Amino acid sequence: MGRKGLDYEDLNENVKKVQYAVRGELYLRASELQKEGKRIIFTNVGNPHALGQKPLTFPRQVVALCQAPFLLDDPNVGLIFPADAIARAKHYLAMAPGGLGAYSDSRGIPGVRKEVAEFIRRRDGYPSDPELIYLTDGASKGVMQMLNAIIRNGRDGILVPVPQYPLYSAAISLFGGSLVPYYLDEEANWGLDLVNTRQSVAAARSNGITVRAMVIINPGNPTGQCLSEANLREILNFCYQENLVLLADEVYQQNVYQDERPFISARKVLFDMGGPISREVQLISFHTVSKGYWGECGQRGGYFEMTNIPPKTVDEIYKVASIALSPNVPGQIFMGLMMNPPKPGDISYLKFATESKSILDSLRRRAQIMTDGFNSCRNVVCNFTEGAMYSFPQIRLPQRAMDTARSAGKEPDVFYCLKLLEATGISTVPGSGFGQKEGVFHLRTTILPAEEDMPAIMSSFKKFNDSFMEQYQDYSKL
Amino acid sequence: MASTVAVENLNPKVLKCEYAVRGEIVIHAQRLQQQLQTQPGSLPFDEILYCNIGNPQSLGQQPVTFFREVLALCDHPYLLQRDEIKSLFSADSISRAKQILALIPGKATGAYSHSQGIKGLRDTIAAGITSRDGFPANADDIFLTDGASPGVHLMMQLLIRNEKDGILVPIPQYPLYSASIALHGGALVPYYLNESTGWGLEISDVKKQLEDARSKGIDVRALVVINPGNPTGQVLAEENQYDIVKFCKNEGLVLLADEVYQENIYVDNKKFHSFKKIVRSLGYGEEDLPLVSYQSVSKGYYGECGKRGGYMEITGFSAPVREQIYKIASVNLCSNISGQILASLIMNPPKAGDESYASYKAEKDGIIASLTRRAKVRRSLEDAFNKLDGITCNEAEGAMYLFPQLSLPQKAIEAAKVANKAPDAFYALCLLESTGIVVVPGSGFGQVPGTWHFRCTILPQEEKIPAIISRFKVFHEAFMVEYHE
Repeated sequence: MGRKGLDYEDLNENVKKVQYAVRGELYLRASELQKEGKRIIFTNVGNPHALGQKPLTFPRQVVALCQAPFLLDDPNVGLIFPADAIARAKHYLAMAPGGLGAYSDSRGIPGVRKEVAEFIRRRDGYPSDPELIYLTDGASKGVMQMLNAIIRNGRDGILVPVPQYPLYSAAISLFGGSLVPYYLDEEANWGLDLVNTRQSVAAARSNGITVRAMVIINPGNPTGQCLSEANLREILNFCYQENLVLLADEVYQQNVYQDERPFISARKVLFDMGGPISREVQLISFHTVSKGYWGECGQRGGYFEMTNIPPKTVDEIYKVASIALSPNVPGQIFMGLMMNPPKPGDISYLKFATESKSILDSLRRRAQIMTDGFNSCRNVVCNFTEGAMYSFPQIRLPQRAMDTARSAGKEPDVFYCLKLLEATGISTVPGSGFGQKEGVFHLRTTILPAEEDMPAIMSSFKKFNDSFMEQYQDYSKL
Repeated sequence: MASTVAVENLNPKVLKCEYAVRGEIVIHAQRLQQQLQTQPGSLPFDEILYCNIGNPQSLGQQPVTFFREVLALCDHPYLLQRDEIKSLFSADSISRAKQILALIPGKATGAYSHSQGIKGLRDTIAAGITSRDGFPANADDIFLTDGASPGVHLMMQLLIRNEKDGILVPIPQYPLYSASIALHGGALVPYYLNESTGWGLEISDVKKQLEDARSKGIDVRALVVINPGNPTGQVLAEENQYDIVKFCKNEGLVLLADEVYQENIYVDNKKFHSFKKIVRSLGYGEEDLPLVSYQSVSKGYYGECGKRGGYMEITGFSAPVREQIYKIASVNLCSNISGQILASLIMNPPKAGDESYASYKAEKDGIIASLTRRAKVRRSLEDAFNKLDGITCNEAEGAMYLFPQLSLPQKAIEAAKVANKAPDAFYALCLLESTGIVVVPGSGFGQVPGTWHFRCTILPQEEKIPAIISRFKVFHEAFMVEYHE
């Protein structure tokens, strides 16, 4: 009979539709070049430790002790671990019967979820219920679980900001839903444009789409903008009027580089608003240990918090979580530590605070260095990185560059980014990977390269860019 | 204002899927456990005994020391700069940690890795597979995942286009498969294992089920085999495995080989042979048969469930298909690094001559021997079940479970109906409420219609087994008397 096992043609179409540029064409090309011996600076993904940021000491001490509890029985342990790390390790081991090697509750260790609830209460001033906080192997898994629960078919639409972090578009493709874009306003520092958003929703509805949810990324990725309290109120009112679940991706809440708009959680604003809206708008909030000043991407630690979700729905979400058995326990401990860090007076506090401040201050400086660096380049305009970890400059490509790109079968920004990679080793992600207005091109890079390397990187970029622009100059404009 | 996300408008596939291992009975058990804390003495037992889930370390099994030494050093690499560690860690764990860190770019264990997992660790795993099977394995074929389960979901996602795509699944099965197929909107095509022949797999039965499904318009895409079996514990005979491989090749099926219990075999007359080895022994190469082999750090003698470490080895897929697999893996960026390191350790444990070998071997042998005793010896659970009227229990050749069959009296079946429960779920609930013992009803795994079973792990500590047996006996005999015809 000899029927062929599995051909490309026979794959799930939704899988084929998925795109995830963050580890797509540019990254694969960069990896190839790296194998050939070229020095590559990977700025394609928010991966701080890969670019030299050091892990915070205290969490690593605690998790190492939890990993090898026999150390706690050794009389010499105090020689290399501070007493508060030892105490904290015992605290987490007491919460996790069976230690790091046992499946925990499918929602995560109850004691850690209490720590998360406590953090939220301190941050927002409103109590939080640990029963409605689920730990996940990274925030992405939580996002996927939620979107999978919401999307029934191709007529279910999810409002997603453009530009967006392409986990959202990928997940929507994978689950067979409809992405309903709302464009952020580049001229207004990537500000929210609710008029445009309403138009998007109306257009989707007239095409038979039921818009079910709205995603906000605050601070934004790739755009970095921080939503104001007024913005959040507008959004919450909008969700209330339009009957949308709000999915608030708040993973960059610790990465804020300006003082005018500090981070405020969507939940806090919701409760501040009071009244029926505060009891009825359904909200899922996401957080992670991968970003902030922790940058512990490799641990895969995250959570989502549910607000105003009906109990039967929570049961279904619990059921799906239980199929995966439990999130990884070390990652859960990292989350507990992030939610409940050393306090003033603790032995490790000074070191912890110094390490944290140093990282945050440096990120703030690098955000500025990069923005200024891009703005000093020909045909490049860059909004300030108010938050998160990225810079998203607009590259105004001359017509000849766009034509050359297209005849090479490439999107103009992909073409530019490939040339940038080949000339400088800087590996970025083309703006088309995130979504952008038609005919307007960008690239995303991170602000994560070491501060001492920044000047060289920016000057390398400028050299490439300015000569690229020279090469493809529109002579008719001279 | 209508609630936008309510059960009525959730994804119906989410509503449809079920996972009994942590389902209703377990949730009830957790409530009872809380009750024991707040109102001690209010129940006819002092503690809840969780025999529902293969979670060895939650029931006192100890982790392998060498693995934890290496992981701790990788978690906090700064330790390697301190002389004091020489008195705290074995020398070979220190050198292994250094060797592993050298494989990680920048020694950054907190960075996202390559989406298939750190290359050097995949090389180690490939070498381990090669050494196990005698046939080469390739690092590029390996995808490290957060436990084996995400790899199963990935393949179901890839293979299932619509409700007419079917996946052949053994009955009884580990309900990840039925749940995953339901979540991805496919059709589960059951093939029944034969209880009277120790849960044997007959290819002629599988073929019949395949043809039956096809005649109903189902496009059957893959065959799942769990070896050693869960919940059934049988280890496939080599001849059987050859038949299965040839069958898949002839019928154009992807073979999904769940081999997570490969290091849990308790009988001398059976050995683990990986399907990869079988495929290659038949002379089949990359062009002949798409095969996905799953392994995990959760089982074996290491039992590191909470780490979420595992991998799938994919062979026999075309380049375009492999690209799609990579693409989907990349959306999640990567699996947790500590789990990746552990996966490499289990596939490359200490060898004879290493400083830690003796203690490692002692720990490993101790755990396997204990698992064997709990599964097999006279006073073991299996024996105890077989001695009771109305229960028969096949031998557990491998894995971590017993799956006894219950002959329930008609009155019990009627009482179950009144309680709106499957008869075995009713039995399991009564068992829980009288004894605190938590098992999973057979209906959660699938069974021949009209037969009833429950799955019980062999994991409670050895000292607790006599008490479990006696409590179970008291309950069962009372139950059979109560529902006597």
